[in-house]
Amino acid sequence: MKYTFPLAAVVALVLFSWVGASIPGMQYIFGIVVPYLAMGLFLGGFCYRVIGWARSPVPFKIPTTCGQGFSLPWIKYDKLEAPLTTSQVIARMFLEVVLFRSLWRNTKATVYKGPKLTYESSKWLWLFAMLFHYSFLVIILRHMRLFLNPVPAVISNIEFFDGILQIGAPTMYLTEVTILLGLFLLLGRRFFNRHVRYISLANDFFPLYLIIAIVLTGILMRFFLRSGVDIIAIKRLAVGLVTFHPTIIADIGSIFYIHVFLVSALLVYFPFSKLMHMGGVFLSPTRNMANDTRMRRHINPWNDPNIKPHSYAAYEDEFRKDMVEQGIPVEKPLTAEESAAAEE
Amino acid sequence: MYDGGKIIPGLIIFVLFITFPVWYNRGNAGAVPQPELPKKFKECVLPYADMRAEHMQLLNRWRDQVLRTGDWGFDVKIGDTMYQKSLMNTCMQCHTSKKKFCDRCHTYASVKPYCWDCHIAPVE
Repeated sequence: MKYTFPLAAVVALVLFSWVGASIPGMQYIFGIVVPYLAMGLFLGGFCYRVIGWARSPVPFKIPTTCGQGFSLPWIKYDKLEAPLTTSQVIARMFLEVVLFRSLWRNTKATVYKGPKLTYESSKWLWLFAMLFHYSFLVIILRHMRLFLNPVPAVISNIEFFDGILQIGAPTMYLTEVTILLGLFLLLGRRFFNRHVRYISLANDFFPLYLIIAIVLTGILMRFFLRSGVDIIAIKRLAVGLVTFHPTIIADIGSIFYIHVFLVSALLVYFPFSKLMHMGGVFLSPTRNMANDTRMRRHINPWNDPNIKPHSYAAYEDEFRKDMVEQGIPVEKPLTAEESAAAEE
Repeated sequence: MYDGGKIIPGLIIFVLFITFPVWYNRGNAGAVPQPELPKKFKECVLPYADMRAEHMQLLNRWRDQVLRTGDWGFDVKIGDTMYQKSLMNTCMQCHTSKKKFCDRCHTYASVKPYCWDCHIAPVE
């Protein structure tokens, strides 16, 4: 169920846009209305989610430390794993966002006869994630050639290096291979690793299926179903969308509308799903806080200002009589008057 | 709002980054390129729409046939005349100008075909 339902959903999206975009006149819906709507929901939803997180108080200082924390000045501490200063936190965050450092710590648990439980480093997840995310980034940057007029040199250079193998015409891109490799490895991991399969849900499979479908429709459009793929008409539409004068100047093949519709679906799905880790990684309290609880007091924003701090000394003053009566040790004994009063 | 001083600027940078094409083009979609078509001929190797979408695959196929199997066949039919499989001797006979024909769309769509790594482009 959790494997097939998301797949059926992606197939339904493909069929819906395929049939929909074939109806005369509907190209304006699938080529213009849907992308605008999707982009609006993406940006609005993204801001809504981030502001929602910004409004949530962080009651405790909870950085995850994975190394020697700062204690005494002559004891060397781990600046990246237990950052003390803001610059160290920024360095840690930067490496997390850019290199996915925490995935380097992924482990695989195995039970051997005995029973004996072992944890073994498993860096595959990191490799697959790097493959996928960077390929996707390059692909998005490459697509800017269709949205920017004139095309900046940076974009054409990215495109040149991506197609440097010069295989076929139109040239094959390296990222087309690496993103599919990354996606199928990430999907395979969810199928073949028992532990991961057990904790995987439909909403883990759906984005994988959807992005695979987007990549496959893109590859089909570029190399195999070229009839009606008029790149000038496509660029005119894309530039039109971002200049708010969209026009469709020629008939474009259905595969293009399917591709656009799937990307729109991804944009709409994005803010309301686990894909929000794109924004969330910056707002992770376990990563973006300094390990300085012993130097600086973290005030819980939830605290009611009317509730004053209650020290132990004040607590004992309040309950000393009862504590002594119950035989609980006290730091300050009862005065003679108090004991006399207690005995009466 | 907690840490709004950091989160809101970050969010604004994100939105500006995502909407970059809007700022870059500044509402100007630009003209659609008009490649200069030959005046004498009305027909090409394939129908107009197919030529627009698939000419690169056709050229690539010709390249492979000519260079890898030595098949220089005069089997390209345009109208009633047969032509050789050749970029310079067939295509460029009608589409004489690289700048006014090839480059107009290629520049617009940022396509840099590597035809001209080996072929010498006409002097213009």
